[in-house]
Amino acid sequence: MIPGSFDYVRPATLDEAVAALRDAGDEGKVIAGGQSLLPLLRLRLAFPEVLIDVASVPELRGVRDEGSSLLVGAMTTHYEVLRDPLIRQHAPLVAAATSTVADPAVRHRGTFGGSLAHADPAGDLPAVVLAMDGVFVTSSREIPAAEFFADYLTSTLEPDEVLVGVRLPKSFAGWGFHYEKFHRTAQAWAIVGVACLVNRSGGEVAAARVALTNMGSTPVRASAVESAVSGGAADRDAFRAAAGSAAEGTSPPSDLHGSSDYRRHLATVLTARALSRAADV
Amino acid sequence: MTAAPEIGSARPRSEDARLITGRTNWTDNIQLPGLLHAAFLRSPVAHARITAIDVSQARERPGVVAVFTGADLADEQGSLPCAWPVTEDMVLPDHPPIAVSEVRYVGEPVAVVVARDRYAAADALEAIDVDYESLPAVLDMEEAIKEGADLVHADKGTNKSYEWVFAAGDIDAAFRDAPVVIERRYVQQRLIPSAMEPRAVVCSAVGDEYTLWSATQIPHILRLMLATVTGIPEHRLRVVAPDVGGGFGSKLQVYGEEVACLLLTKRLGRPIKWTESRSEGNATVHHGRDQIQRLSLAADSDGRIRGLKVDLLADMGAYLMLVTPGIPLLGAFMFNGIYKMDAYHFKCAGIFTTKTPTDAYRGAGRPEATYAIERLMDELASELSLDPLEVRRRNWIKHEEFPYETIAGLTYDSGNYEAATDKARQLFEYDKLRAEQADRRDRGDPVQLGIGVSTFTEMCGLAPSRVLGSLSYGAGGWEHASVRVLPSGKVEVVTGSSAHGQGHETAWAQITADRLGVPFEDVRVLHGDTAISPKGMDTYGSRSLAVGGVALYNACDKVIDKARRMAAHLLEADEHDVEFANGAFSVRGVPDQSRTLQEVSLAAFAAHDLPEGFEPSLDSDATHDPDNFSFPHGTHLCAAEVDTETGYVKIRSYVAVDDVGKVVNPLIVEGQVHGGLAQGIAQALYEEAVYDADGNLTTTTMADYLLPAASDLPTFTTDRTETPATTNPLGVKGVGEAGTIASTPAVVNAIVDALRPYGVNDVPMPCTPERVWRTLQGGGPEHSAQPGAGGGLGSAGGEA
Repeated sequence: MIPGSFDYVRPATLDEAVAALRDAGDEGKVIAGGQSLLPLLRLRLAFPEVLIDVASVPELRGVRDEGSSLLVGAMTTHYEVLRDPLIRQHAPLVAAATSTVADPAVRHRGTFGGSLAHADPAGDLPAVVLAMDGVFVTSSREIPAAEFFADYLTSTLEPDEVLVGVRLPKSFAGWGFHYEKFHRTAQAWAIVGVACLVNRSGGEVAAARVALTNMGSTPVRASAVESAVSGGAADRDAFRAAAGSAAEGTSPPSDLHGSSDYRRHLATVLTARALSRAADV
Repeated sequence: MTAAPEIGSARPRSEDARLITGRTNWTDNIQLPGLLHAAFLRSPVAHARITAIDVSQARERPGVVAVFTGADLADEQGSLPCAWPVTEDMVLPDHPPIAVSEVRYVGEPVAVVVARDRYAAADALEAIDVDYESLPAVLDMEEAIKEGADLVHADKGTNKSYEWVFAAGDIDAAFRDAPVVIERRYVQQRLIPSAMEPRAVVCSAVGDEYTLWSATQIPHILRLMLATVTGIPEHRLRVVAPDVGGGFGSKLQVYGEEVACLLLTKRLGRPIKWTESRSEGNATVHHGRDQIQRLSLAADSDGRIRGLKVDLLADMGAYLMLVTPGIPLLGAFMFNGIYKMDAYHFKCAGIFTTKTPTDAYRGAGRPEATYAIERLMDELASELSLDPLEVRRRNWIKHEEFPYETIAGLTYDSGNYEAATDKARQLFEYDKLRAEQADRRDRGDPVQLGIGVSTFTEMCGLAPSRVLGSLSYGAGGWEHASVRVLPSGKVEVVTGSSAHGQGHETAWAQITADRLGVPFEDVRVLHGDTAISPKGMDTYGSRSLAVGGVALYNACDKVIDKARRMAAHLLEADEHDVEFANGAFSVRGVPDQSRTLQEVSLAAFAAHDLPEGFEPSLDSDATHDPDNFSFPHGTHLCAAEVDTETGYVKIRSYVAVDDVGKVVNPLIVEGQVHGGLAQGIAQALYEEAVYDADGNLTTTTMADYLLPAASDLPTFTTDRTETPATTNPLGVKGVGEAGTIASTPAVVNAIVDALRPYGVNDVPMPCTPERVWRTLQGGGPEHSAQPGAGGGLGSAGGEA
């Protein structure tokens, strides 16, 4: 398909990018790797008048060590994330989820920040950042992950705000991790995904983080599961019992790949599996 | 010195480098001076009367050259052809390339914009205003044939296009007192052919000479049909199929866009290009399959089949296209498969719905038939507690019984089902997997193992012209080849078969190299252009090698016959004493005196000294019309792991032992089998065209219409047995569709086999995780496919 016409600007600095967005008012849209936005344009489901391409903004690139956390630049491609030694060391859950994103061609163009700012609840990274309590660093402020995802394809970014990067705490060092993705083909979106971190203390779970992909209009923290497993035994039966509440409070979509009921069921099965894998039991 | 034989050699394909890199002559790559671009406005509704169209705004848009509606072209656009009137009283509705007064499926063209670039054309579509008066959508075949149903074509008074019956043996006797009767209803879901290259057309006119390039499988048939529809005389129209990136039947068609582009080129006197988008293609290439099958199988208590009854509803979609009504007939002779039985009764009704028209899709009729019989054989085995291979063995035609006339009236010339099955069983480690299956069942493993069997045959090599005639098909099934020996001894082969990814340029050169004793590199194969290859019946139905390859074989023989006479003259010997071997002629008993084919060719070209009455050329033509179809067969075994907690199916191993007769190039055969398996597995697990309750196609992108990639498929184990066809000198049968035909039932049989302990005896296709899971919940195998908004691209416009 052929997109409608639009203007294109390619700012060289963050300030220029913000200015360009401000000039465009409500009609501007930031384009990063284009792997989500371009299909929407080509299907004529989105009609921005101005595309602001942030590929040349140096502040948005790369992964930085900030001491107690990492700052992952918004324009870091999935491929770069996968190969980054800091990510592998301090945020292996991010690498695990990123390795399931689409296919190699998409991973070479698509970006970490772009897929998060797109705020697709079927995307793999939103649940991961939510589980890790990441912080979204923008051109004007910092937004905790729990406050970033507002609705389907909608974040709390203001129209003239550019996502610079995401701060990921290093506090999960030593935690077990797993991203359980259920999809029909390797390149398809998750029907349901579970991002999971487990801190084991001997035979018990000291703490756990669980967040769900595609179980609502935003990524969802499975808080009931987290509470149920914390302080309990790190074994499969306990996990299965705790995972029974994984779909609590969610409102998953019904679509061609799965009904809402089926997604609720999957959430319980997959959460139990993700906990077991993360806890290595 | 004897060169290694080319036939049988696994040569990498000579055409691959340019096809894979795309640095080649795809239709969309063609640029002409002054080229204009067309874009089609398409119906957004399933069924409506067009009460008004206003194109005045669109005409004013920048870059727009012209806008036409169906009414503007009504006098010259004619009706798209259907070449297969299967019965004398078949209902054949008018099918204007651009709708004039009524639209009957989402995607049907209603207007066309011609502009200076693609972008201007696409933008201008949004400025066209169409008033639609809604008419009822007709979506369910079983509802559509009820009294008083809403009609797709009101003037026809019925949604039934035709009913066609075939009967052999005493079916009532076969079912009377039969100890076992199995009755099933299977649904062949609607599929969307997904060739890598979308459709594309370029037209140009120089004076009254027209050239149409199209991503088509059928340049020759298309030329004749376009001449008939548009009134442009056949001899003023050249049709070129340049490199074509796959078709799978979807490019075996005469499309409205081809007709429209030709007419607009004629009107405007400017060259025009149109290339579809993937979403446009999903809605408007003809679709495949879409049958409801009601089946009854009667058997004795030892598993011997007595009779088979088949009652089909076949969805035609909104119109009959080139061979739409005939597709179920291509399956009619195949429901009996490889088995012997006393009686067979087949009935099929073609039904109109307000959906995209259907037509040939890889296998065309035979996958549907093979699915039905191979699923039933597993059901029979289960009913009698027999191993599924054993129940097949008790019924199949034994190798010593060939040639064998089947209950459907075909004569299978050759085959060896025992050999293929033995080999497959061994490669698969059948007994070991059965033991593992039993173990998992005993342990109550949440992941169960199933083993699926498919012992298939098919008819290909379309086709004996007399048979096509007896089925009222509008043309013959011969194929043509020319061999030109150039003065330098290089060889040009012209084939009427139109390759679109099959590797003809390699395989045909191998045949020629062997027959003429020339190096492979000295042979060039030309095809796909009616100015270069004026005669042909094109490529579909696994016919190229078994029909076109044999024409080439015969043409090569004629070259040798001519050359022998010339060589005898040069060697001053009697023609009967001249032998031909390894590319050279010599007199029997005098091997040191010889003339190479190249020398003979040059002498014929110089023509200084020719035998009496000899024309100065070795060039030869041959047209081959087969006496019979060819019947590839094979045994496919699939092991599937089914996760009973999620319904997820994982194919663990897949063994395909195919018997396609003699093989010209094993690498090409293996490639065809791999691709075919992927496509057949895709029907079992992934693909389905889904319409919502209003008749909107919801699977318009690849996010919603799922195709497997290499990463979703197992590593196939492929092998062959080789029972030559006895009906052609090459001994070949055809391989283009075998993998697709065989694999779908193998996979579904494996899934059902895994779940039999849970009381499951069917899962509808595609066997999505949710369907498998719901079947296990006892909620019935309901179709879960419900369009709606979830995450991901496909539903990005809305929200749950």
